Amino acid sequence: MSESDQGYSAVAEAGSVLERRSLWLRAWLELRKAPVSAWIGLVIIVSYVIVAVFAPWIAPYGEAEVHPQPYAPWGGDFIFGTDQIGRDVFTRLIYGARNTVGIAFVTTIIAFLMGGGLALAAAVRGGWIDQVLSRFVDVLMAIPNLIFALMLLSMFGSSLINIIMIIAILDSTRVFRLTRAVAMNVVVMDYVEAARLRGESIGWVMRREILPNILPPLVAEFGLRFCFVFLTIAALSFLGVGIQPPTADWGSMVRENAGLIQFAQYDIKAAITPLLPAGAIALLTVGVNFVVDWFLHKTSGLRDEH
Amino acid sequence: MHPVLLTIFQRLGLGLLTLFLVSVVIFSALEFLPGDFGEAVLGQAATEETVAAFRRELGLDQPAVVRYVQWIASVLQGDFGTSFSGRAASGVDRSRSVVEMIGPRLSNTLFLASMAAIIAVPLALFLGITAALKRNTFYDKAVSASTLTTISFPEFFVAYLLILLFSSWLQWFPSLANVNDDMPLLERAYRAALPALTLTLVIVAHMMRMTRAAIINLLASPYIEMARLKGASPSDVILKHALPNAWAPIVNVIAFNLAYLVVGVVVVEVVFVYPGIGQLMVDAVKSRDIPVVQACALIFAATYILLNLFADVVSIATNPRLLHPK
Repeated sequence: MSESDQGYSAVAEAGSVLERRSLWLRAWLELRKAPVSAWIGLVIIVSYVIVAVFAPWIAPYGEAEVHPQPYAPWGGDFIFGTDQIGRDVFTRLIYGARNTVGIAFVTTIIAFLMGGGLALAAAVRGGWIDQVLSRFVDVLMAIPNLIFALMLLSMFGSSLINIIMIIAILDSTRVFRLTRAVAMNVVVMDYVEAARLRGESIGWVMRREILPNILPPLVAEFGLRFCFVFLTIAALSFLGVGIQPPTADWGSMVRENAGLIQFAQYDIKAAITPLLPAGAIALLTVGVNFVVDWFLHKTSGLRDEH
Repeated sequence: MHPVLLTIFQRLGLGLLTLFLVSVVIFSALEFLPGDFGEAVLGQAATEETVAAFRRELGLDQPAVVRYVQWIASVLQGDFGTSFSGRAASGVDRSRSVVEMIGPRLSNTLFLASMAAIIAVPLALFLGITAALKRNTFYDKAVSASTLTTISFPEFFVAYLLILLFSSWLQWFPSLANVNDDMPLLERAYRAALPALTLTLVIVAHMMRMTRAAIINLLASPYIEMARLKGASPSDVILKHALPNAWAPIVNVIAFNLAYLVVGVVVVEVVFVYPGIGQLMVDAVKSRDIPVVQACALIFAATYILLNLFADVVSIATNPRLLHPK
């Protein structure tokens, strides 16, 4: 009776011994075994996502709404005061979650589609395509990312599309290298050979034979890559060549409010204001790192105790 | 020829090739400029003649290959061209040469980076090696957890935390690191203390984690177990069996992190208004002063490539398997 209520009676009757666990159940069982640090990380990530999605409903004011009092103190109408032209800091922190995290997320996805796709193609096709792509990636990786990004931004200007594409291309080189390395181990397997002999297309071999087998390291890399992209964009915005005003963005907020830090002896709360967006950046990266750390240990069996 | 030398020469050749390709990439920054940038640099009021003269000065009337050869030849002689700023529409040219702008700032940046490296390298190696040897103790876990946290902090977060604590609240150090050449060494070191401390904290975390991982990896290898089983003393195991193989990873870790300093220095210089080339580059990016950006990018990239090259050469030269071929 209760089984039919839960909606899987056929399966349960067919094999009462064999319990088929749904994806969610398996995920939940894994999570129950996860260490505290992974839980902290997950809670941090989920709360950031909620804030980012529901920003307009959570924020007390509009994103670029200017109030008459610049540099208002904490408390009263403004929880964290106002910035140099009188915008509510708390509101901009909330919208920053949407802009900064959202842009970094989109950039990481583009980097993965480009780098991962090209790497799989290089691994499957081999030959000169592989050689050309790999050497090209080597050259791009020889220049530090931030320096290269600064140079490209000086050439093309700091529009949002430019930032996303430049960072995505630069970071896709790292994705390319990792994906190619792990895919190379799978390409030589017999089942890949069998799929080729069956006459499957390159795309099918890439998607159905190789990708599922290299997914765990790629998921971990996605987390780490997201951190790097996020920090690079924040650094560029902080330097004033990234996301441009009036878009609320954590990196720019640190720069705009940095002057307040000098007043620590008179008003410690005001002096902390520039640290709030910087802390928001740091907290999310710590959270993602905790989760990735746990995931890596779990999937690779990589443990310190040999 | 000794196989070690051969491998080293191969690696050096590859390094030179990379440097060449990177210089081509950086040179091509000028190629992608929009057609009207002459007007943008000289201002709206520029006459056609001054714009044409400006384009001729950049050599834009010549094919790209010729310009690359001329550019790289003058760069090798220490001439990075002249800055875009300071040019007026009337054709009056008050622009300064890029070398003049970079010279004093480069030495400031080197001063800051070496200050950070002198503190960070021994500290990180000590923490990493002791954590690896005392694995899974409270000490190891405390060091590892705190470095995993600081590794995720953006540089400017660490920088502003230090400013808030040591400059604004305790007032021990200045928050603006305005050094100049006339200052005595101690005064310069005092003013650059906070930026150097920021860089130190950022790279110690990376370096310590990498050292720990490398040493643990090493101690887990079968020949170390073999040495222990045959009854060698612990100091013999470390000094005779582990250390010869540890040089390569340790030098790699150091070089990698010094290369990381190259990037960290940009953000930290901007936070502390330190007159180095990182800050110069950011200012040049904002004003789209391409020759200055190119020169800075070339210096940063070359440092990065040479450090990595050095690490590779050292790890080849200290590799026992290559030194004693069968």
